[in-house]
Amino acid sequence: MSHPERAREFARDPERVAWHDGAVWSVRTRRDAAAAGVADWEALRETAARIRAHTLSRLPDYLEQLEDRASLVGVTVHWAADAAEHNEIVHGILYDHGVTRVVKSKSMLTEECELNPHLEAHGIEVVDTDLGERIVQLRGEPPSHIVMPAIHLRREEVGELFHQRLGAPAGLSAPEPLVEIARERLRAQFLEAQAGITGVNFAVAETGGLVVVTNEGNADLGTALPPLHIACMGVEKVIPRTRDLGVFLRLLARSATGQPISSYTSHFHGPRPGGALHLVMVDNGRSRLLGRESLRPSLACIRCGACLNTCPVYRRSGGHSYATPVAGPIGSVLSAARDIEAHASLPSACSLCGSCAAVCPVKIELPGMLRTLRVDAVAAGAIEPGMRWAARLGSQLLRRPRMLALAVRLGRRWLPRLASRWLADDSIAGQRELPELAARSFREQWRARDAED
Amino acid sequence: MPRVALFVPCYVDYLAPQVGLATAELLEAYGCEVDFPEAQACCGQPMANLGCHADARPLALRFAKVFDAERYDHVVAPSGSCVAMVRHHYGELARGAREREALIEVGRRTRELCEFLVDVLEVEAIDGRYPHRVGLHHGCHGLRELGLGGPSEWAPSPPDKVGRLLESIDGLELIELERRDECCGFGGSFAVSEEAVSLRMGRDRLADHARGGAEVIVSTDVSCSLHLASVARSAGNTTRLLHVAELMNEARKALATR
Repeated sequence: MSHPERAREFARDPERVAWHDGAVWSVRTRRDAAAAGVADWEALRETAARIRAHTLSRLPDYLEQLEDRASLVGVTVHWAADAAEHNEIVHGILYDHGVTRVVKSKSMLTEECELNPHLEAHGIEVVDTDLGERIVQLRGEPPSHIVMPAIHLRREEVGELFHQRLGAPAGLSAPEPLVEIARERLRAQFLEAQAGITGVNFAVAETGGLVVVTNEGNADLGTALPPLHIACMGVEKVIPRTRDLGVFLRLLARSATGQPISSYTSHFHGPRPGGALHLVMVDNGRSRLLGRESLRPSLACIRCGACLNTCPVYRRSGGHSYATPVAGPIGSVLSAARDIEAHASLPSACSLCGSCAAVCPVKIELPGMLRTLRVDAVAAGAIEPGMRWAARLGSQLLRRPRMLALAVRLGRRWLPRLASRWLADDSIAGQRELPELAARSFREQWRARDAED
Repeated sequence: MPRVALFVPCYVDYLAPQVGLATAELLEAYGCEVDFPEAQACCGQPMANLGCHADARPLALRFAKVFDAERYDHVVAPSGSCVAMVRHHYGELARGAREREALIEVGRRTRELCEFLVDVLEVEAIDGRYPHRVGLHHGCHGLRELGLGGPSEWAPSPPDKVGRLLESIDGLELIELERRDECCGFGGSFAVSEEAVSLRMGRDRLADHARGGAEVIVSTDVSCSLHLASVARSAGNTTRLLHVAELMNEARKALATR
């Protein structure tokens, strides 16, 4: 199924669309207020964009520095070329430690690599501990948003889920009791876990330190209780210096949720006494993206989700309409850049309004990249044949003003009928009336005006 | 007197010719010598936005040739979207350095009507009268690519060139919107390929203007207005949709005939 087909499914429930759009938009407005509260917001974005561009320009050097420094503080560093290798490495570490129960805090990388099913197939129980992640895990579906994984669900739906899966009383919908139930269940799972898996928001090359940001403190619990901590990161997460955190942490929470800073910012410098800390650094297509100059800045993404929150399409089509680990504008870029044929409709799931580029804390030119990927789709023969022919025909006709004028004159009679038939075939018939051709074109009227002079 | 070539986008030519005429009248009222080179054609945006660069390129080359620098100091169009295409995306279509240079050169001389009035003619106020509550709908490309207004994402937001011109008109009241610059959902081929989302965006935009009490919705792009009008008509919404050139010209005439 293509994006428009899935978006149409989502649109079947107009109330849900209104509610989802409103819920996500409110996060965008909180972001606006937070940005307005920083005197030099635009300068901060520019600084962040430059640090990211610099880092990407010498990514191998910084990664090697990170490996050196992290090793010095006792971290075991692994390199994974792709998702399969990542999953094997993580499973291997768990196997070596005899682990069968794992708690995991939010990591989009492990979603991208589909780590959970891999571990479960090897008999390892994985519990997502971020509340939103836990909710979608219990439903057996992927997250619909990178920061708010269950934003597509109403509270009532969560209540029903907890009733069925966690034995909660029926009919709960208030947040407090639901959170309390989840917390109680998770506490037991934290205590039983033999290992904690986390993502990495930033890895500092000069110290080998890993920074994990959460609002629920679940990464801290998941790494403080069990003796084994596995941190999984995409290779683009490295930053050169500790002081760079002063730029990115200021931008991240404000862009993501409008908070001045996230509730928990955890810094890991080596394993805790008696424990082990493994870092898995994953490429999985990133170095190929690094090699494409026009798309390279997409690797600067810090996964704040601001481009999703502002995207008028995302808000009205829902995160699952993208069918990718990361939804929204940045997800469309990352997935279509990886495999244009599999994701041919994503670059066009965009009205090119440009709002995403304007909110992006690291100034990624997402609309320009989506345009580039549309060219890729055409080159791969992956665009709708109707659109391809419309472009060919349009080009021939539109570049010949006289022929166009003639075509409009001849078509005046049957064009509206054809158009109304086309609309009538549509399930959305009646929601739009095509504009009418003017009685006299501008050209004709201008000529008449000239003749009068 | 600056020699101004009027670029009338293809859909304006056939669907909203009055916008082209209002633009010409307005430019003449502000002392420009306006020419409409008849050899002009579409700027190529529909093809370029589909990713069909090879199909867009001949139109871009034609545009650069028709609006030759020898003959025209400025190219002015009543469309932020087409101007953004010419100014910011023609370079992508070029094959070779010479072509690229010609395409970028014409982009530098091409301006949207309101930015031409404000930046080149230095018009600070429109002498006109329009006693109505007006909702301003910024086309996204004019807003974010040309800087016609202050995008809501920016902190702080720069001044709004179009809003300032409109507010200078006697009697005109600009309404407040909940989302002052959300996309209307047109997006060219997007309106066809992503029909469900596109229509929903259009309805949501109309509803915001209705809540603000707009008697008229004025836009910097006819394509946005046509999309909104097509959604409005089928819903029985009778709000007037005008292009900013029509409104400003109407306001000017209203004062002149008093």
